[in-house]
Amino acid sequence: MAETLLFNALREAIDEEMGRDDTVFVLGEDVGVYGGSYKVTKDLYEKYGELRVLDTPIAENSFTGMAVGAAMTGLRPIIEGMNMGFLLLAFNQIANNAGMLRYTSGGNYKIPMVIRGPGGVGRQLGAEHSQRLEAYFQAVPGLKIVACSTPYNAKGLLKAAIRDDNPVLFFEHVLLYNLKEDLPNHEYVVPLDKAEVVRSGKDVTILTYSRMRHHVTQAVKGLEKKGIDPEVIDLISLKPLDFDTIGASIKKTHRVIIVEECMKTGGIGAEIIASINDRYFDELDAPVVRLSSQDIPTPYNGKLETLTIVQPKQIEAAVENMVALKV
Amino acid sequence: MVQERTLPQFQAPPAQISSEEGLVLYEDMILGRFFEDKCAEMYYRGKMFGFVHLYNGQEAVSSGVIKSLRSDDYVCSTYRDHVHALSAGVPAKNVMAELFGKETGCSKGRGGSMHLFSSEHNMLGGFAFIGEGIPVALGAAFQSRYRRDALGDASADQVTACFFGDGTTNNGQFFECLNMAALWKLPILFVVENNKWAIGMAHERATSQPEIYKKAAVFGMPGIEVDGMDVMAVRAVAQEAVARARAGEGPTLIEALTYRFRGHSLADPDELRSKAEKEAWLARDPIKRFEAYLVEHNLAEEGTLKEVRDRIQTRIDDALTFAEDSPEPSPEDLYKYIFAES
Ligand SMILES: Cc1ncc(C[n+]2csc(CCOP(=O)(O)OP(=O)(O)O)c2C)c(N)n1
Ligand SMILES: [Mg+2]
Repeated sequence: MAETLLFNALREAIDEEMGRDDTVFVLGEDVGVYGGSYKVTKDLYEKYGELRVLDTPIAENSFTGMAVGAAMTGLRPIIEGMNMGFLLLAFNQIANNAGMLRYTSGGNYKIPMVIRGPGGVGRQLGAEHSQRLEAYFQAVPGLKIVACSTPYNAKGLLKAAIRDDNPVLFFEHVLLYNLKEDLPNHEYVVPLDKAEVVRSGKDVTILTYSRMRHHVTQAVKGLEKKGIDPEVIDLISLKPLDFDTIGASIKKTHRVIIVEECMKTGGIGAEIIASINDRYFDELDAPVVRLSSQDIPTPYNGKLETLTIVQPKQIEAAVENMVALKV
Repeated sequence: MVQERTLPQFQAPPAQISSEEGLVLYEDMILGRFFEDKCAEMYYRGKMFGFVHLYNGQEAVSSGVIKSLRSDDYVCSTYRDHVHALSAGVPAKNVMAELFGKETGCSKGRGGSMHLFSSEHNMLGGFAFIGEGIPVALGAAFQSRYRRDALGDASADQVTACFFGDGTTNNGQFFECLNMAALWKLPILFVVENNKWAIGMAHERATSQPEIYKKAAVFGMPGIEVDGMDVMAVRAVAQEAVARARAGEGPTLIEALTYRFRGHSLADPDELRSKAEKEAWLARDPIKRFEAYLVEHNLAEEGTLKEVRDRIQTRIDDALTFAEDSPEPSPEDLYKYIFAES
């Protein structure tokens, strides 16, 4: 076991996969000489050279399309979005070409590529650098969307994403890069399509992902003291959703609270609620509750920013409330 | 009407091409023309749907460039892609079947006119949005260089030809990709088919520098203007650019001055282009001109050319029968091709 910071876990994943398969390469802004803005590609430029760790000009849509073309012709690109928000400029290439081209080509081409980088609300980074694009991208067919949350799953999931033959949007969280965890010395891969049961319990199912998993974990400490026994599920895969795990939990607890950092309107939670209604309506003892960020541009002011995203106390209160209403 | 640009002169020495090579070009141009004429007929008869953009008039560009490539080189097109696909070797019957939405289409009936693909023929697409194929072509070119220089595969000298229109050169992806191609010396030909119009937007109303080939210079890249109605001229320019790309000397921007003989798409009433302009360009029909060239230089007789035309007409008719007789995709396969199974 070796204590590893999350950004280094990601770095190890990339390094191992590049060593294992020489068609794997990294591209993006400042990934090479500079080592990545969060040091996820530190020293890889020296190790693998300038073509395999390619510093690109600031041209998100075009270098994303270039990765699509490279993937169509047999390479396995990993794009680093310096900040995932910048990929708004690459929306066309991600949606039309990464997402849909395999289908429109009738299976002529596959597009094994990973688009990874920091998303989420950081510390007073302002609205544009605090975006949660996962919700915007969820409607695009053909994309897999994954969010990591711990050093262990970050490493294993990124390795799986690199090996996957489809385009994977891989969300890291800007405030989680320095999380520490003991990682196994042996190689491991974490499947992309499996949610992680973080804590099993019987009273209520809490569905969450990315940094909110840690807010939920904090809330659970308070809930445990009050004798409440929640089940916590880290979704991991935001698309497709792992309804095997979600469904099994609902059948046990019959109550669901979703805790997410994306905005409420058109969010990941909105989609989950609709799907739960489709599949498990009869299992529910209470309406699904959703705790999301406010529908506003993330304000710069620290107090307002705190009010914008869901806090552990709110989660605690929502769970208590739901359990108290138990029929 | 603005001042017409004078077409660049090209004097081809007579012995520059063999009779066989000349007939390859001729056959390819005829294939393109006859195929498109058949599409128009089928569209108006209600057999084909959606937006269908025909290539009539521009054949010298597709044939002149793509017939200068090897079969393992890459071709990347736009929504005006039927003829690029044909020149790249995608069989007419599979292109026609695609337009009919059939399972035997080159994109299994999932793509349609603007999304023609064939991995077998290194046809990268068929891109329906302006400019979005350019980065994809750049990626294929990067891949060749990566295999050669990062993986040490000396045989990886494939070249990518990327086609797009004049209107598209005002889009950021054009400039971004010119920059990266020059920066990394990628083996790519950017082929602008300047047909003077982007739907109803006249080229000189849309751009501050209408001479597109000049835009290469700021990237330190050769930019070449060529008469796009002269297949011999296009071929000569393309061969030089391909040789440069293959030798690792980087990209070329080719601006082919050409004209579409039909509306923007079959849904376009084509009311803005003047009669005088259309007539002037029709008089430069690249096929008629090349026929005259072949006969004049004793490379082919009129009888041989007629045989080519008859053979191609039969191929088009066969393609039509094939497309009509082919099955539609099965409803059970609605979700097929969303994801690749690893
Ligand atoms: C992103 C995008 N914007 C607009 C369109 C609509 N559109 C289709 S073709 C076209 C004109 C393109 O002109 P040009 O690049 O000169 O190519 P041509 O059609 O003349 O071959 C436009 C505006 C589109 N397909 N994609
Ligand atoms: Mg045009």
